[in-house]
Amino acid sequence: MNRKWTETVIEAAIRLSGFLLIAFVFLIFLFLLKDSLSLFRVYPFFDFIAGTKWLPISEPPSFGIVPLVMGSFMVTAGAIAICVPIGVAAALYIAEIAPGFLKTILKSLIEVLASIPSVVLGFIGIVWLGPFVKNLFHLRTGMCGLTGVFLLAFMALPTIITISEDALASVPRMYKEAAYGLGATKWQALWRIVLPAASSGIMAAIMLGIGRVIGETMVVMMVTGNAPVIPTSLLQPLRTLTATIAGEMGEAVSGSDHYYALFAVGLVLFIITFILNFTAERFLRRTRR
Amino acid sequence: MNGAKLREKIAFTVLGFVTLLVILPILLILYYVISRGWGAMSWEFLTQNPRNGMKEGGIFPALVGTILLVIGTMAFSLPLGILSAIYLVEYARDNLFTRMIKLSVVNLSGIPSIVYGLFGFTVFVVFLHFGASILAGSLTLAIMSLPVIITSTKEALEAVPMSYREISLSLGATRWQTIRYCVLPYAIPGILTGTVLSLSRAAGETAPILFTVAAFYLPHLPRSVFDQVMALPYHLYVISTQVPNVPEKFSFGTGLVLIALVCLMNVVSIVLRAHFRKKKQW
Amino acid sequence: MVEQDAIIKTLDLNCFYDELQVLRNINLEIYRNEILGIIGPANSGKTTFLRALNRLNSLNINYRQQGVIRFEGQDATQIPDSVLRRKIGIIFAMPQVLPITIYENVAYGPRVHGVKDGQRIDALVMESLQKAYLWDEVKDRLQTSATKLSGGQQQRLCIARTLAVEPDVILYDEPCSGLDPISTARVEDAMQQLSQQYTQILVTNNTKQAARVSHRTAFFLMGELVEVDNTQVLYTNPSDKRTDDYLTGKFG
Repeated sequence: MNRKWTETVIEAAIRLSGFLLIAFVFLIFLFLLKDSLSLFRVYPFFDFIAGTKWLPISEPPSFGIVPLVMGSFMVTAGAIAICVPIGVAAALYIAEIAPGFLKTILKSLIEVLASIPSVVLGFIGIVWLGPFVKNLFHLRTGMCGLTGVFLLAFMALPTIITISEDALASVPRMYKEAAYGLGATKWQALWRIVLPAASSGIMAAIMLGIGRVIGETMVVMMVTGNAPVIPTSLLQPLRTLTATIAGEMGEAVSGSDHYYALFAVGLVLFIITFILNFTAERFLRRTRR
Repeated sequence: MNGAKLREKIAFTVLGFVTLLVILPILLILYYVISRGWGAMSWEFLTQNPRNGMKEGGIFPALVGTILLVIGTMAFSLPLGILSAIYLVEYARDNLFTRMIKLSVVNLSGIPSIVYGLFGFTVFVVFLHFGASILAGSLTLAIMSLPVIITSTKEALEAVPMSYREISLSLGATRWQTIRYCVLPYAIPGILTGTVLSLSRAAGETAPILFTVAAFYLPHLPRSVFDQVMALPYHLYVISTQVPNVPEKFSFGTGLVLIALVCLMNVVSIVLRAHFRKKKQW
Repeated sequence: MVEQDAIIKTLDLNCFYDELQVLRNINLEIYRNEILGIIGPANSGKTTFLRALNRLNSLNINYRQQGVIRFEGQDATQIPDSVLRRKIGIIFAMPQVLPITIYENVAYGPRVHGVKDGQRIDALVMESLQKAYLWDEVKDRLQTSATKLSGGQQQRLCIARTLAVEPDVILYDEPCSGLDPISTARVEDAMQQLSQQYTQILVTNNTKQAARVSHRTAFFLMGELVEVDNTQVLYTNPSDKRTDDYLTGKFG
């Protein structure tokens, strides 16, 4: 009887924790939604989503997120443009070309990179990369979009490399051997057969990489200069969605429109990453099949 | 050498060069932080409070704060993560509930850390009246750590041979007894590795603790879980952006301690994995 | 020799994996303390039948079953999994030991059934190992890992492990398929001795083994029970031509 009781309690706990996971996602969404709706009751939704000015403390305030979305979009596009080709190339090298011992070393180094806290990279951006960019392009300040782009590209590399490498490694050997059988060189087999076969895993890697970059907070807050204006060039200071929340939450008065506007920004971020992850999962499932 | 061979040679060289381009900055950053931060390392730096507007003294409260947060995070995320993974591997049937859980794990893993910070603030700090506290910060970090713990626990459970479960069940053991005595003992190494890894990430996070626990300057240790604490990543953020004229070696020193802490945890997880793998008998 | 009293009885048992039917209308009685051999070519449903009896099939989420299984006259669905599986033990095709000591392998069953008294467990371990003809070979190294035993020893350890939970019925799923002839003979000896006390069902690909060991033999073909009879009768004078064809090696 005692045994049955333990069993019942444990199984209930196990089911409960599964239920809690679902609850967390719903709660995160609901709490963001609840506070966002408090903004939209007094501030038109359209002005929020299409407004071109983010001036939370002027009178009257203006909560247009276009400058922030553009800021996020520009650094993300820049970072992805750099890190996707580099990441996929490195994944190819690690998965298919590097000899065993080198492979282990390279993979451990990538793990080290993945574990460096973002605030440390942000700090490096301030003391080293920022001044470097400033001197290189003769700018007034090195705290600009481009500095963020470099660091974000660097940070997204582990995500892109690890997932692409998995995708490359899971391409059946037979494919390559068939290509060799037809007289292809190793490179031709990689380029024409293995890479296309791994394409949906690589797509997933790119999606998750984008999610990683869009969601990154500390680095962009520390190095991109935080000017909430619509950026026209990566050499200007700009401001992302994440940095806005992190930078202004401390000053926003609890229950003010500004406070709720920051939750609305959080909701936008939540929806963007939700879609990215959902799509990535679709791609990944296709690879597994 | 014919054209195809030559092209192969060029392609491989380029790929190798690009990989070097990825690796070199990692080594460079490590070297840079270590060489500049080394000068700050001393017993005093690790065990004293910051003084004189954080321009002197040490990082003791931040170090303790981060360690407390890691422990708090583990206390919540470990049981919840392991139980959820057990559900997914050992109990789940292919139904709506299971698919929702899987989808939730995927989405939790993608939510930006700052959004966790917002959520933790509005739910734990404000709604549940925990205030900015170790409790609120740990809960926030715990939810954020769940996906990694669940994924690695799932892999570890799936790696235990099906036959162990069959043996146990065929002897009349209940499902939970089977999991407790014939599955978990063999999955522990994988679970530990994943857990330590996710905790090392939690230790380095700044955004989720910004509004839920981190104190700008608090030169004494917390008395309860409802107190605020300083934390290493936030401290580094503060002294490198918010406080002027902090000696550079202090910032580098703090960064070095943070990296060392995270790497130490990673090494622990690697050692654990190797240790258990040696003992593994199947 | 064999009491004509059915301990297990199946009535129109049908088993499916998804849409694939692997057993059709199996009506079979298993008598107390007999050794029933089940022979038939691969994929004839023998193993599924065996695993239906102690409900291990239900671990596969695609599995479905219709019909009735009676155990000791009672509808088996009324008996909880853990009770039923304790009463009906199984020995798998490949020796499956847990990577723990010999002693702990045998003690595992009694422990999960709540036996805490150390002396009682000691006694159960010894008794079970003796019944499985393994005691003399392992009594000096009970605390060494079970994985260090030979294949034949491991299989007898599995038998001992099953005996330790005091079952009424023991199922064997091709228990000697991975063993050499000498180890096989040892396992068969153990089975002969056990038939005084236990009902045993032996699924085997090896028709000679069924002929040596079993009292009655059933012939399964493509999910159907073709016939079941005393072993001697079935082997010398089968009533169905398909049985004859199989036994004389025309197929399978």
